[in-house]
Amino acid sequence: MNPQLTRRRFIKGVIFSGAAVTTGTGIYVAAAAQSGQSGAERLITLNINGRNRPVDVLPSETLAHTLRYKLDLTGTKIGCNRGECGACTVLIDGVANYACSVLTHNVKGKAVMSIEGVKAADGTLHAVQQAFIAENAPQCGFCTPGQVMSAVALLNRNPRPSKQEAREAMSGNLCRCGAYEHYLNGVLRASGQLA
Amino acid sequence: MPSHDVMPNMELYQPVQVEDALAIADRLADRGWLVGGGQDTYGWLKDRAKSVDAMIDLSAIEELRGVRDIDDGIEIGALTTLTEVANNDIIKSRYSLLSSAAGRVASPQIRNIGTLGGNVSQDVRCWYYRRGLSCYRAGGNLCYADTPQGMNREHALFETSRCVAASPSDTAPALVALDASMVIRSLDSERIVAAEDYFVGPANDIESTTVLRPGEILTAVRIPSTWANATFYFEKVADRNVWDFPLVNIAAAFKVSGGNIEDSRIVCGSVQCTPRRVTNVENAIRGRAKNAETAESVASMATEGARELAHNGFKIPLMQNLVKKAISA
Repeated sequence: MNPQLTRRRFIKGVIFSGAAVTTGTGIYVAAAAQSGQSGAERLITLNINGRNRPVDVLPSETLAHTLRYKLDLTGTKIGCNRGECGACTVLIDGVANYACSVLTHNVKGKAVMSIEGVKAADGTLHAVQQAFIAENAPQCGFCTPGQVMSAVALLNRNPRPSKQEAREAMSGNLCRCGAYEHYLNGVLRASGQLA
Repeated sequence: MPSHDVMPNMELYQPVQVEDALAIADRLADRGWLVGGGQDTYGWLKDRAKSVDAMIDLSAIEELRGVRDIDDGIEIGALTTLTEVANNDIIKSRYSLLSSAAGRVASPQIRNIGTLGGNVSQDVRCWYYRRGLSCYRAGGNLCYADTPQGMNREHALFETSRCVAASPSDTAPALVALDASMVIRSLDSERIVAAEDYFVGPANDIESTTVLRPGEILTAVRIPSTWANATFYFEKVADRNVWDFPLVNIAAAFKVSGGNIEDSRIVCGSVQCTPRRVTNVENAIRGRAKNAETAESVASMATEGARELAHNGFKIPLMQNLVKKAISA
């Protein structure tokens, strides 16, 4: 069990009080806390791209929303916002997930990686990003951050995937330009299987 | 109808013990909404097609995750993700029917967070209903899908009663075929329900697809050893290989001896509101050779009693062919 999620923590903190704070525009700003305890719990710290980021999160807020509109990490795209396109794919503890279909409060204590965290500290692009450029994978580019994240997740657990394995791993990301073969070749190139 | 990108504000409970979750579920009853992976939930709430006062997020309850050996078979925690079910070594080695089905649900990312309990308990996917129209299932007094103009290509062939929505689950037919049972807990009791009885059609309860009542939580699925290592067949036919719900799927288990079928369980999904066992076919093939000839002779029995709607007639030959393929494979 996650040591942070003790029973004491449950009693103390899990009951968010959000009923009094929503207005149409209030969603985009940190709404005033209703009481000390629940307000404190809404102020959580997320581990995003290796950094701890304190942020005020509404109970029903999705991770994609928090990343884009609270943390200014706009590389994560919101396409359908219903888990049907893959543009918002991020890694949560290394696993590819749709950020539009995960509550931000579900990733407390987990390591989130968005597209902004893929490149090396010195700015060098990830092998997947370099390979996608080499293969001319992005056309309009809207789906690209999600495609990169799915490819990174795959190569982290399977460094030399077959084309079929790559096809399956990338199957949760739509590309309306239809550049699927280019992305697939990019995954194979990033894994050193294409010269 | 406007589209909303954010969910309305509501309370969120994140218990880490199942007892706490049960207490909250009991207290909130129908004002609370149980969330496993949330993949059925968030669309409802974003669309404002349903609303609740609070979400009860079960995902931090570790004891509801994982696969365990029990006296007779295995127990799978309801919060176990579909990816885990698809890749688990025990399930793959003994109950590959279920791992095949779990691996065909939606997309990789959805399987990474979507749970087995959620996949079997999810609501139907009729778009009239999900769009928030006041249909029978939503408490109204008409069905928009079963009208001369209704778009009902994905809807049900059997057991319709006012509502014609079909079961969307891929794992549900596999669990029925494996004779699984569902462990349902409430604050002060526990009941075990056969998978076959867990699902409810509109004639019995038009507003719920399962026997789960407010305050109850599906905590685990138990699969007996009865059908372990049987000869399995799973196939899902959908418009796209990813994301789409089945047009028809089939999960079948056969005990074969000397080329003859000793016993079988054949279950089709997405042809009615619940997984449909084709018991007449199971009876007809008992003792006969598991081959194409047997399959051909019983295929038409599989769809006896079907009532096709304006646009779903293709499901009749589709279902027959899937039954044929399962028997002759």
